[in-house]
Amino acid sequence: MRNPIDCGAKLRLREKYRNMNQLNDDKGHTLFSRRLFVQGIVSAGALAAFGGKNRLALGEIAWQNAPELSGSHFELTLDTLPVNFTGHSAVATGINGSSPGPTLRWREGDTVTITVTNRLKMPSSIHWHGMRIPSEMDGVPGLSFRGIAPGETFVYRFPVLQSGTYWYHSHSQMQEQTGLLGSIVIEPRDPYPLEFDREYVLLLSDWADADPESILSNLKQESDYYNYHRHTVANFLSEAKDKGAESTLKERTAWARMNMSPNDIADVSGAVYTYLLNGNPPRANWTGLFRPGERVRLRLVNGSAMTFFDVRIPGLSMTVVQADGNDVEPVEVDEFRMGVGETYDVIVQPQDETAYTIFAQAEDRTGFARGTLTPRLGLAAPVPPMDPRPKRTMMDMGMDMSSMKGMDMPGMKGMDMSGMQMGESGMPESRTNGSAVMPPTSAEKGAMAGMSMSGGVGIAPFPQPSRSTTEGLASGTASEEVNLQPSNPVKIHTGPQVAAKPRMVMSRLNEPGDGLENNGRRVLTYADLRARYRGVDGRPPTREIELHLTGNMERFIWGFNGQKFSSAEPIELKLGERVRIVLINDTMMEHPIHLHGLWSELENGQGPFNPYKHTITVKPSERVSYLVSADTRGRWAYHCHLLYHMHAGMFRTVVVS
Amino acid sequence: MRISFLRPSLAGAVALLAWLFGLPPARSARAQSSMHAPPGPAPQTHTEWPPAVDDNMVFRHVLFDQLEGRTTGSGNQLRWDGQGWVGTDMNRLWIKSEGFAGANGVSDGDHEALYDRPIPHTRYFDAQAGVRADVDSNPTRLWAALGVEGLAPYFFNIEPTFYIRDSGRVAGRINGSWDLFVTQRWVVQPHAELNFYSKDDPARQTGSGLSDIDAGIRLRYEVTRKINPYLGWAYDGKYGNSALYTRQSGEATGNSSFVFGLRVWY
Repeated sequence: MRNPIDCGAKLRLREKYRNMNQLNDDKGHTLFSRRLFVQGIVSAGALAAFGGKNRLALGEIAWQNAPELSGSHFELTLDTLPVNFTGHSAVATGINGSSPGPTLRWREGDTVTITVTNRLKMPSSIHWHGMRIPSEMDGVPGLSFRGIAPGETFVYRFPVLQSGTYWYHSHSQMQEQTGLLGSIVIEPRDPYPLEFDREYVLLLSDWADADPESILSNLKQESDYYNYHRHTVANFLSEAKDKGAESTLKERTAWARMNMSPNDIADVSGAVYTYLLNGNPPRANWTGLFRPGERVRLRLVNGSAMTFFDVRIPGLSMTVVQADGNDVEPVEVDEFRMGVGETYDVIVQPQDETAYTIFAQAEDRTGFARGTLTPRLGLAAPVPPMDPRPKRTMMDMGMDMSSMKGMDMPGMKGMDMSGMQMGESGMPESRTNGSAVMPPTSAEKGAMAGMSMSGGVGIAPFPQPSRSTTEGLASGTASEEVNLQPSNPVKIHTGPQVAAKPRMVMSRLNEPGDGLENNGRRVLTYADLRARYRGVDGRPPTREIELHLTGNMERFIWGFNGQKFSSAEPIELKLGERVRIVLINDTMMEHPIHLHGLWSELENGQGPFNPYKHTITVKPSERVSYLVSADTRGRWAYHCHLLYHMHAGMFRTVVVS
Repeated sequence: MRISFLRPSLAGAVALLAWLFGLPPARSARAQSSMHAPPGPAPQTHTEWPPAVDDNMVFRHVLFDQLEGRTTGSGNQLRWDGQGWVGTDMNRLWIKSEGFAGANGVSDGDHEALYDRPIPHTRYFDAQAGVRADVDSNPTRLWAALGVEGLAPYFFNIEPTFYIRDSGRVAGRINGSWDLFVTQRWVVQPHAELNFYSKDDPARQTGSGLSDIDAGIRLRYEVTRKINPYLGWAYDGKYGNSALYTRQSGEATGNSSFVFGLRVWY
């Protein structure tokens, strides 16, 4: 299935060797090691067979890992790659003969050089998702650079001024969907706040044998093309048996009257997707080894094109320690939802000499990715059944006034609140006690060079909050938001590009999301995320920018404020300014909104400990706000990370100048 | 002379067209319009670079909703009713074609080429304008066409079109259908098409008023989304003077038929 790993002479092995895949079996034989992967001695598939040849159950296929490369010089070659994830041969876009591509392991403080050669027949690019780097290194054709033409080589070179789990992917055409992606692990300069004995990268993705262009074309022609969970006579009868014919009919006609369906969970489903974990379909069963009692850090990346994953490991509780590359206060959960583009690091500590299933079901329950953590090869745990498929509710449409959660404006029944400024009262956060924190002047952080405390705040990139940035320097005054310049009121009218305007939006940060409510498990919510380290820019925002997430599912047109990228002006930010972005989701689907180059500090009520993110999922009819320090000049992409929404217009340029 | 007949309605027609097609194009609220660029060198824009995303891609669609044999007691006919489009989200060229082919040649041959654009401030309706050519075994007629096609509430497909040709003759057609999903793959589709004319046209056997109805109900199976074999029943009836002309040529004015065919799109 895979070619042996091609590795250039410049690839350096990490000196400090982490026991990623190395484990001795009972007789003391080394089963397999990452060194073999990196040196390309054995192909990944062959290696798995070597490790557990006779232990593979009938019908299973050998699993594989993406190779890992570390150091500061990398050579990546993009080329077509024959793959077989589904039982049918297909062609992916691979990196160094692998899809997903190699995991890149960097060190905070290093300057990395990545030489990317495009052997594809079409232009390509690599974007470093979540990295705070100069705009021209960001890898977005049309904004950062021209793209990498066929046959050409582009040299990326940038300082690594942050740590954590990130990922990279093509930003050209729809090559993410065809497998041009990989993980990034950046070792922090400071010690990890929570120790662990072993770590694995778990990269989730969705694979289709069909061309992504044909998927988008099908969606444009029939937006529910991939939805085999529509309302039917058959499921009406079964639903009527449970809920009564009258209420079922009433509910269905209410949706049909709007030409909408509560069954719009995912635009592209398991009807065409096979869900992969580290490039392995479920039956290949990617496997990671552990010794009972060890603390295992799992670095999860949702690198899919269109799929929200709900991740859990039955039998193990997971301690979330990082979100989008930024350390958070540990939260113990049983399950969490990953928006497309998000990363989460969790630590698990399996005590028993038994196997556990890593289970990542698609939000629409049309399939799952799966892997196994086990103390011995050959062990596997049962794969749980998928949960019931969620349905959108009238609350997702912003219409249920009686059961508003997080609503802070009682007595507004029947009012059209979509145009209201809910900026101040809509958030649980009390800003009056938020003492401003000036960034440290310590030269320890390279990024801080050239920064002056007087008037120059924010014109040099702030460092990522870390142990080193928390040392003192907390100053500032409260209630500085009196100078806040509100956003232009945004009036959204329904039209060809805007199908629905919720009459009520609300904060839904403390909700786990559709399909995860009351499932008996502890599910992570955005309200649970509290940054481990105090934010580095304590200034209050001086300006608000309100953006509505809009779309017309039936026409498959998506955008911000009713406009597609091609007809919208860039969002202009002044270098050094701090703004609040307010997102209001006027659609009935989640949108993972990704801002390149700048952190998105989610206002989830944690005040100075609001979590730093690069991708923020906005639930249907939700109002979310976050602060952005425009500290890095450039033309940045800002978009929904659902691939086909982005290509249908849900994209803006953010210019920092 | 004829021009003067049209003149009073000209201004209204222009206004209607302007509204339907949103000319000049209706602009949505520009939220960022007041966010003036701050002074200082802006990051360079390279106009020769490709756009970051191309959200004005050209897509195409071809659908044969009916591609079927109809059997009645008296004989068999082939019926087609298809449409296709090519274009972007906001500008499309539509082609529609329908007709019967049987022992007596081709009848009811109707072919249209229309410019299509979503109607501003509506969510699911497009305005369409262009030409209709009646080309079959009967004398050819050319019409100007102006219509609307879209989704009425409850996912009801509706397609009313207004036609006009020289000498002030007007015609109208309304097409409607609805998909009832019995299961995820078995779909019942009731469908009806009604034609109206302002004046008799004996050469084409169409009379004034309601001229004909073609209605049916089809049960299709979605083998894939794009390949749907079906069975059904159809009724094809003539009314008013159309019925008279049809009777005069010795044909039945109402046919009830069993239909079988293939609904395909790509």
